[in-house]
Amino acid sequence: MSTPTSSTNPLLRAWYDKETRSVIVQIIAAALIISFFSYIINNAVVNLASIGKDIDFGFLWQNASYDINQHLIPYTSTSSHFEAMIVGLINTLLVAVAGILLATILGFILGVMRLSNNWLTQKISYVYIEYVRNVPLLLHILLLHGLIINALPRPKGSHNFGDTFFLNNRGFQMPSPEFQSLFWVVGAFIVAGIAFAWWFSRYAQSVQDNTGKTFPVAIINIGAIVLLPLVVYFVLGSPIEWDVPALKGFNFKGGMVVRPEFIALWLALSFYTAAFIGEIVRAGIVAINHGQTEAALALGVSNSQTLKLVVIPQALRVIIPPLTSQYLNLAKNSSLALAIGYMDVVATIGGISLNQTGREMECMLIVMGIYLVISLLISSGMNWYNNRMQLVER
Amino acid sequence: MTKQNFAPGTHPSLPPPHSTIGLIHWLRTNLFSSVSNSVVTLVSIYALYLAIPPAISWLFIDATYVGETRKDCAADGACLAFIGERFNLFVYGFYPDELQWRVNLAAILLVVASAAVLWDNIPARKHMLRFALLYPFIGAWLLSGGFGLEPVGTHLFGGLMLTLTIGVTGIVCSLPLGILLALGRQSNLPIIKYFCIGFIEFIRGVPLITLLFVASTMLSYFLPPGSTFDLLLRVLIMVTLFSSAYIAEVIRGGLQALPKGQLEAAESLGLNYSQAMRFIILPQALKISIPGIVNTFIGLYKDTTLVIVIGLLDPLGIGRASVADSAWLGLSTEVYLFVAVFFFISCFGMARYSLYLENKLNTGHKR
Repeated sequence: MSTPTSSTNPLLRAWYDKETRSVIVQIIAAALIISFFSYIINNAVVNLASIGKDIDFGFLWQNASYDINQHLIPYTSTSSHFEAMIVGLINTLLVAVAGILLATILGFILGVMRLSNNWLTQKISYVYIEYVRNVPLLLHILLLHGLIINALPRPKGSHNFGDTFFLNNRGFQMPSPEFQSLFWVVGAFIVAGIAFAWWFSRYAQSVQDNTGKTFPVAIINIGAIVLLPLVVYFVLGSPIEWDVPALKGFNFKGGMVVRPEFIALWLALSFYTAAFIGEIVRAGIVAINHGQTEAALALGVSNSQTLKLVVIPQALRVIIPPLTSQYLNLAKNSSLALAIGYMDVVATIGGISLNQTGREMECMLIVMGIYLVISLLISSGMNWYNNRMQLVER
Repeated sequence: MTKQNFAPGTHPSLPPPHSTIGLIHWLRTNLFSSVSNSVVTLVSIYALYLAIPPAISWLFIDATYVGETRKDCAADGACLAFIGERFNLFVYGFYPDELQWRVNLAAILLVVASAAVLWDNIPARKHMLRFALLYPFIGAWLLSGGFGLEPVGTHLFGGLMLTLTIGVTGIVCSLPLGILLALGRQSNLPIIKYFCIGFIEFIRGVPLITLLFVASTMLSYFLPPGSTFDLLLRVLIMVTLFSSAYIAEVIRGGLQALPKGQLEAAESLGLNYSQAMRFIILPQALKISIPGIVNTFIGLYKDTTLVIVIGLLDPLGIGRASVADSAWLGLSTEVYLFVAVFFFISCFGMARYSLYLENKLNTGHKR
């Protein structure tokens, strides 16, 4: 009886040897992958050559000649495509960061509501989460955008908040600050306050570790960062002038405006992601054994400290990994801005610039590269935080 | 009152105190157990009072159900006449009227095929599973025609049927691909492993929208010169690749959750790699990852709406196009709510099925 290993055929013998087989399989796989990529790259080269195109990023410095209605840095239609891309990128980051902040806050509220012993809040949270999670995000965005455009009044009949803030279907008008020359003093105090707070919390921690003495760290830090600069601000005679919007003709002049596209996208992203975060928070809190709370209470730790020092740190450990992927999703979902005309990076460099220059290859490479970098940054940041929160085991 | 004496054990049972039964008790424990709880309850009730009655009167009481144009609708109610007017468009897109029986037939057969896959107490399940294996070909033949049926171009696909086409194809194709990618990522052959890691991380790092753009504008560059490729097919491929990367990560979680002893035991019994995977590892890993897999499927199904950015008209796309119709201006809320109801029903159904499946397969830790 011939067993596989005693086969006389050297090829067969090589196949039955685990090491050799893995080498053979990998060589075949590598050959397939390389030939596939060289085939499509070759196709691309031939196709591009036949219509007289090349890969050239020089177009980035040409005149973009289109307007972007929301720009946080100076931008005109004579700026280059590169500047258009930067403006778009800033808009993407703006809505992503604002969305992450609001989604986290709402998500934690929803998660806690879901676990509340109040039947009504529990059910409200449940219905909200199920509705939002089971309807596509794009639909939420279009619905909110439609509501803002159709249901809010025209500028003439704006909702008026104390003659300084106005809400209408052109967006949310609010005063814009104009910094006077002395404002740098206030800025310096804020920076100094942050530096002091950082130093003071470390100092308080070390004192507590050595002697057991505690300071009211939070109150002192808030005083240093907020109150002191505020006092300085008024002592200097309020060195910010507010440019208050006012109705002139059919539209508002002055101040600044949060555009309806931004509001719709921001709220839709936040509401949508908050539902997922709510479920994550709930799972994280449920995962903590009730014995932990009971043990802390038995040791005489107060209720709020039990929450702060025992439950939340452990729940965060469960919450953070899925929370990371929700943040990533939110950042990537901000690309849906395109559907309502919010000028993010997909709409600028991947949309208008692409159509104007006809350079699909370069534009899509840039857009994908930007999203890959954003994703990597968010996930490495959250990994760093996760490692800090992780249980240190022997 | 007379005082009565009872011998030990003969006292009749008294009714429970009023404070521990009935509506009052329920209200006390669930809504008004403490001062703060009562405040929360009252605030919630007030918020609901502000939101729900106007919504109901807008959607049902003041709504208009029949009409020809926007003018037939009441000003302060929902204009649902529009939905009825465009219902055909929402379901079939631009599929030719006289051929719509084919879509209906494909939908009925889809129900039959998926029933066989989803529930195991169906009569003659064995035959029905064989039919389910054939269904993708039958469905594609019915929808796009050829071989004796009048061909229908995929640019005419739209509405609900487009969503179902993309969703079902994506779900069916991305699961096997995702399993292969997950196994590849866990493999100890470096080339295969790093290829899978690179693929998964790239796909997960970019938004689906950019991949759809690539499919619609650039994919033809990578094909042999002169070849054309149906847009819907390109979208299907991209959607499948996209969700397979997510499925792969979910399944990797399941694979990592299994103790190493399972694979070692399988190998010591003499099973080779594919046997060990098929009989020992994957059944357990897939069982653990069911919630994640179904979540990914729900995500895929919802993501089918993104095809509107490259010009395909799913229900949302048709809704968006209809909102711009001059006879029906300013109806976005009604239209989008209608589409939302459709998506809610399908996605909520999937989530419920996942719960049912989890309970059914939860055999390991039953006591």
